[in-house]
Amino acid sequence: MAEHTLKRFDEELERLSSTISEMGGLAESQLAQALVALRERDTESAERVIAEDARVDALDIAVQEQTVKLLALRQPMAVDLRVILSSIKIAGALERIADYAKNTAKRSIVLAQGTSPVAAVNGIDRLGRLVRTALKDVLDAFAHGDVAKAHDVWERDEEIDQVYTGLFRELLTYMMEDPRTITACTHLLFMAKNIERAGDHVTNIAELVSFRATGHGFEEERPKGSASLYATGSTP
Amino acid sequence: MTMASASTPTVATPVAAHARIDTAGLAEKITLRNLEFFYGDSRALKGISMSLYANKATAFIGPSGCGKSTLLRVLNRMYDLYPGQRATGQVLFDGDNLLKDDQDINLLRARIGMVFQKPTPFPMTIYENVAFGIRLYEKLPKSELDGRVETALRRAAIWDEVKDKLNANGQSLSGGQQQRLCIARTVAVKPEVILFDEPCSALDPISTAKIEELIDELKKDYTIVIVTHNMQQAARVSDFTAFMYLGELVEFGATETLFTTPKDKRTQAYITGRFG
Repeated sequence: MAEHTLKRFDEELERLSSTISEMGGLAESQLAQALVALRERDTESAERVIAEDARVDALDIAVQEQTVKLLALRQPMAVDLRVILSSIKIAGALERIADYAKNTAKRSIVLAQGTSPVAAVNGIDRLGRLVRTALKDVLDAFAHGDVAKAHDVWERDEEIDQVYTGLFRELLTYMMEDPRTITACTHLLFMAKNIERAGDHVTNIAELVSFRATGHGFEEERPKGSASLYATGSTP
Repeated sequence: MTMASASTPTVATPVAAHARIDTAGLAEKITLRNLEFFYGDSRALKGISMSLYANKATAFIGPSGCGKSTLLRVLNRMYDLYPGQRATGQVLFDGDNLLKDDQDINLLRARIGMVFQKPTPFPMTIYENVAFGIRLYEKLPKSELDGRVETALRRAAIWDEVKDKLNANGQSLSGGQQQRLCIARTVAVKPEVILFDEPCSALDPISTAKIEELIDELKKDYTIVIVTHNMQQAARVSDFTAFMYLGELVEFGATETLFTTPKDKRTQAYITGRFG
């Protein structure tokens, strides 16, 4: 797309996108660190994740300020309007993802003080890596305006949901077999849910990448394994 | 776009331009069919085909010289005043081609009124400014004429400001008031269509807001066509927007669609300020 006659407008839009990219990179590393903290029982890493969350929040506020200013001063239209609106929503999604990472880190500190089922921890690590890869890919798609790549990420949400459902059942089984694991497994269950929610936000970002380029999200029914979530008869 | 025009190769109608309008519940007030306009040898409008819908406001936007004002001038045969200017194709007004040779121009201009860029009050009283037009077409007793003048001034949202000084000179009003007086003058002859040519370009933001509010109100009874350089204004007041460039109708669609997801690259470039 050609440049604006008004160069300042281009600069401001670029600044907005680079703030989002910075925020995305930070959210990704927060999620990665939270997984390390869980896997390695590394409470120091967990503490760092908790402390770093303030930076993500500050960037979210910066995005809001930039978008408000752009809307008020530039009266954006068409693609510019979509870029600005999607930015504020993407920033919101990234802020949530970082929050889930923080929550996972907090729980990992509690878990590190006792024993927890190794297989379930590995399962959460696997779920987390799926989401982290999806997040990395969607951020690439965002940086390059690559709608096809965003669509690919969007389709992967189904796999994430399936892994989550599997974990959910697995954790229930542990708890039924040995009630002493209930505390640990409940934390792990919340972690799994948090990471699965982070995956949903990644899917939303994928749709927003499409929206900013084309004006619409992905039209078909969103892939969802959610029916199976309730297969055990309990509510996750 | 290519698909549609490929299947109907003989018709020069820009099919894409209409592709996104849901025409359900819309009545065509004016229909342009392959309209072309010439200033001498130079072709200022190129094969324009589109519809202006009854009780809707349609805005024309585009860079200077794109033909939008020319198009407006065709709609009430303003160009008849100038030799060497001619239009071809059809402009169907309620189904009747208004470009035909035996068109009664005075009657046409009563049915299709126009408000210009600069307020043009006549050098006479406020009352006479409005009554003047009515007298051209109708002989009314004084009491009835008074009523018509008042109604027109009320419709133009200026009554409260001028009711105590109807005998003051129209030119003594402020610019915004003068423009509303001109709208009252246009409305007084009970037109069916009102053409606005840059009605707010000489007005301050408050007067502009009043005119825009008025256009919104007038839409209930009239078909509105507005030419404007101010895209935000087009976005605010119109139901449909047409983007013109170099005498062509590039894109025509529902205003909200055109300003959020324009289909043509040129429309996108223009409305986002990336032109040239």
